[in-house]
Amino acid sequence: MGLHPLSIFIAAIFTHNIALTYLLGMCPLLAMSRQLQTGVGMGVAVTLVMLITALINWPLYHFVLVPTNSEIMSYLIFIIVIASAVQLLEMIMEKFFPPLHSSFGIFLPLITVNCAILAVSLFMMLREYTFLQTVFFALGSGLGWTVAIALISAIREKLVLIGDIPGGLRWAGITMVIAGIISLAFMGFSGMVSIQ
Amino acid sequence: MITILVINLLLLIIGFILLIAEKFLISYGECTITINKEKKLKVLGGDNLLTYLNTHKIFIPSACGGKATCGFCKVKVIEGGGNILPTEEVFITSAEKREGVRLACQVKVSRDLDIEIPEYLLGAEEFQARVERIQILTHDIKLIRMRIEEGKTINFKPGQYIQFKIPGTEEYRAYSIASPPYIRDKVELIVRLVPGGLCSTYIHKVLEEGDPVIFTGPFGDFYLREDSKKDIIAIGGGCGMAPIRSILYYLARKGMPRRFLYFFGARAVRDLFFTEELRELEKKFPQFKYIPALSDPLPQDHWEGEVGLITEVVDRYIQDARNAEAYLCGPPPMIDAAIRVLTRKGLREEEIYFDKF
Repeated sequence: MGLHPLSIFIAAIFTHNIALTYLLGMCPLLAMSRQLQTGVGMGVAVTLVMLITALINWPLYHFVLVPTNSEIMSYLIFIIVIASAVQLLEMIMEKFFPPLHSSFGIFLPLITVNCAILAVSLFMMLREYTFLQTVFFALGSGLGWTVAIALISAIREKLVLIGDIPGGLRWAGITMVIAGIISLAFMGFSGMVSIQ
Repeated sequence: MITILVINLLLLIIGFILLIAEKFLISYGECTITINKEKKLKVLGGDNLLTYLNTHKIFIPSACGGKATCGFCKVKVIEGGGNILPTEEVFITSAEKREGVRLACQVKVSRDLDIEIPEYLLGAEEFQARVERIQILTHDIKLIRMRIEEGKTINFKPGQYIQFKIPGTEEYRAYSIASPPYIRDKVELIVRLVPGGLCSTYIHKVLEEGDPVIFTGPFGDFYLREDSKKDIIAIGGGCGMAPIRSILYYLARKGMPRRFLYFFGARAVRDLFFTEELRELEKKFPQFKYIPALSDPLPQDHWEGEVGLITEVVDRYIQDARNAEAYLCGPPPMIDAAIRVLTRKGLREEEIYFDKF
């Protein structure tokens, strides 16, 4: 405990990257990483939702669930909060920022089922973060996920030019291999900063 | 105890917030949908284009009920549709994309829309009908005759199709009309039981004579070109019999003014149907010829007719097809093979009309 929020922030991006060391949020990572632009778009949307849901879930957990001994239901509550926050965000964006809404398009509703979002809320609960630590952790995890999808989609864009991928490895297969190799590289950071 | 209370309270609050948000945030006001620059629909925005068109009795073909899985409900959106969604991209070719073609079920109406719908789709209506007769044609094909409710008639070109609404769902399936257009108060369909198919299973296993049904139509650009005097080569198999039968009876009533060769492909004798009916027509009109061909005749069939894939039979039968036009109806590989054979025989590709299913 007592970790500096900034070191949690750095750790969440590099040493404990939520996508590459915990392998969370893999499905959108595989599905949306065909182009760098859509990949980064998805990354930004994920970061936004991660931050918002962590901001809601932290007080909900500490001021409602813990005092009433209802921690057992935290999974359910977190999931529902995530789903409704995404809904709410979509409505607000559609009303007030239509261009932003249309550029996010399908990504926003897809995020509802991204397990990395739930993971951030669960980690902050398990690791007993303070509110400030949670904010930085959520922001860092979102950025880390964005970095991961940006790396993978940039490599996949280049792969298309090279071509010549064996049939069975195309799409998901080669993406898994890429993710694995990058993940190995990120493992090299481990031990530099501690997150707990 | 307190846990249950707290959780329920939380859920209630969340639900309430969402309801309030929906009330205040989602209001698009009145939007105008302009169709082909003339017809205007005033709607309260928020839902998708397909729903609005359906409620205003404009029936765009659609099979999946607005889930972007069939890709049939294409319309041209000139203005107000926003960007094409990733859900649509699978169905829309790059040429269509440049023209602004969208799937109606994926276009959310949130402001004024300017769209284009082909003329022939505007003629489609919804019909309430009752099943008058179900006839077993082969082991997996049935003929369904539906009588349209009092006072309404259907006006279609021979070869077109209707969309049959699967009761209890929002889904539709397309079936070609097997009856000729001069019967205006009844519609016949030929339905093959597709293993695992939602609609064909319903029609084969559940539907009974006297049941009410709903369908929309007519649709489709596969129909008899009446301004042509050329000979007709029709090729089909299975339930691809339906549109050809409609065309055939239509022409028969006019005294069969054009030469008509009908190639019908099946596996064995048990897959043939309407054989007597067609032989009768042959006797009546010498310019009509029915050529069934079996690809896998069984020993007990004692088959003496043509054997082989239907395209091989066509290849053997037709030497010069320059003065003919072709109507093809069946599964895509059969049609592609038939087009290759026919163009080799001198048929122009623009004069080959086909319906893939």
